Amino acid sequence: MFGKGAALLAVLLVLCSGAARSAEAPLPYQIVGKGVPVPLSGTPGNAENGRALVASRAGGNCLACHAAPIPEESDHGRVGPDLRGVGSRFGAAELRLRVVDPKVLHPDTMMPAFFRAEGLNEVAAPFRGQTILSAQEVEDVVAYLMTLK
Amino acid sequence: MPMSRGVLCALAGFVLAVFSCPGPVVAGESGVASPSPVDAAPHIDAALAAPRIDAALAPYIVGAKRSGYVYALPETRAMQDDEIMNPGFAWVERGRGLWTEVEGANGKSCASCHGPVESMAGKAVSYPKWKASMNRPVTVERQINFCRVAAMKAEPWEHESPQLLAMTTLIKQQSRGLPMSMADDGPMREWIDRGKALYFARRGQLDMSCKHCHDDHPGEKLRAETLSQAHVNGFPTYRLGWQGLGSLHRRLETCYEQMRAETYPLGSDEYVALEIFLTDRGRGLPIETPSVRR
Ligand code: HEC
Ligand code: HEC
Repeated sequence: MFGKGAALLAVLLVLCSGAARSAEAPLPYQIVGKGVPVPLSGTPGNAENGRALVASRAGGNCLACHAAPIPEESDHGRVGPDLRGVGSRFGAAELRLRVVDPKVLHPDTMMPAFFRAEGLNEVAAPFRGQTILSAQEVEDVVAYLMTLK
Repeated sequence: MPMSRGVLCALAGFVLAVFSCPGPVVAGESGVASPSPVDAAPHIDAALAAPRIDAALAPYIVGAKRSGYVYALPETRAMQDDEIMNPGFAWVERGRGLWTEVEGANGKSCASCHGPVESMAGKAVSYPKWKASMNRPVTVERQINFCRVAAMKAEPWEHESPQLLAMTTLIKQQSRGLPMSMADDGPMREWIDRGKALYFARRGQLDMSCKHCHDDHPGEKLRAETLSQAHVNGFPTYRLGWQGLGSLHRRLETCYEQMRAETYPLGSDEYVALEIFLTDRGRGLPIETPSVRR
């Protein structure tokens, strides 16, 4: 177990290296209204990579639950809303909060928090202490969602 | 199965009510509503919704409870219904062979005590069952092993072994079509509650509970899978995805793995408690063993 100081040091190291991987403790972020206005990383999101993460089972696997304009992938899920047009319905800050931790908006939602590693129960060993997406990956996904006008 | 026009209409109305709502309505959702309306895309293909009002499905629907059979594709249902095409019947046959096989220090087979396997007709509907001598509930699997150890002086079969799967399938098949009617009084209450707590507990890196898939979204697509209400009346089940027959506990393990959660050993008290809760929750649905699922 890390003490407070060690956790802070880890955060600082992540900040300094500029390469937050999902293996690291998630960076602190600030919720303003219904969004997270400040990007989680200094590098702007890459929409193309975001699209790949939305489709990939090992990445965000958003297609498990959502349909999106990604025709080369079959079997889009129907459990959540269609993501087409989501970039006109929401701003980047709102989309970022949706991906980071949708439970802030809908406590009973089925949608996972993609940037949370704390407060989870009985996580399988290979995933313990890790967020599903890294800070940069969240930015990439948000950049892709913003193209869905 | 005869079905009145009124029932059919009520059923059709229910289907429409369930599937015409625009977005996913998350039960108990209060909090902040989405700032903009959700896409009105239908949540289920018309092709899937249509067979739901088929009278052939009536035996698999009890009030609001729908067996996984109702959500299965017509070709999967046809496979289940046909004893020649249903691969689960290979396990029934294997079980018949084991029923009369003498094993253990007492020189007995199941048939030595129970006679023909038809004597098991109607027995499985009351499992899991409280066993006072063991001060715990027993599943069909555990009762089989109890007989092997206590009456036959033979080795117990491992969970998920071909023998235990075959014998469980044979015994449950003797109750095919009969409604599940486990006792829910006395010490079983505590086990039902324990299973219920597990059912509603968020787990794993995906932080979901069983109810998020099976109470909130049955009938909807999760990738290529159509979610069902998670009823247990068809187990052991032949899953096309497994290319084999598996126990309920194996299915529960798969669901926990999907949530990236820790799993429990097959046969553990956690899975037994979930089995008891789910059996109570599905009360009245007919036993379908061996069922066929995707
Ligand atoms: C296990 C199911 C599931 C997964 C996986 C999932 N979502 Fe969702 N999502 C939902 C549900 C259900 C909703 C509906 C609102 C709610 O419950 O919060 C939703 C809502 C949303 C919304 C709001 C859409 C609107 O029109 O209101 C966005 C944006 C979103 N998800 C993006 C994503 C992205 C991006 C990913 C992957 C990185 C993802 N979701 C993965 C289930 C899921
Ligand atoms: C991420 C979504 C998800 C979660 C969470 C989940 N399951 Fe499932 N479950 C599935 C899918 C997909 C299937 C296969 C299709 C179906 O029958 O629903 C399934 C099937 C089942 C079945 C078999 C139904 C049948 O007719 O063969 C049972 C029983 C079941 N789940 C119980 C549970 C329990 C208990 C939990 C919690 C410990 C759980 N599930 C959590 C996705 C999930």
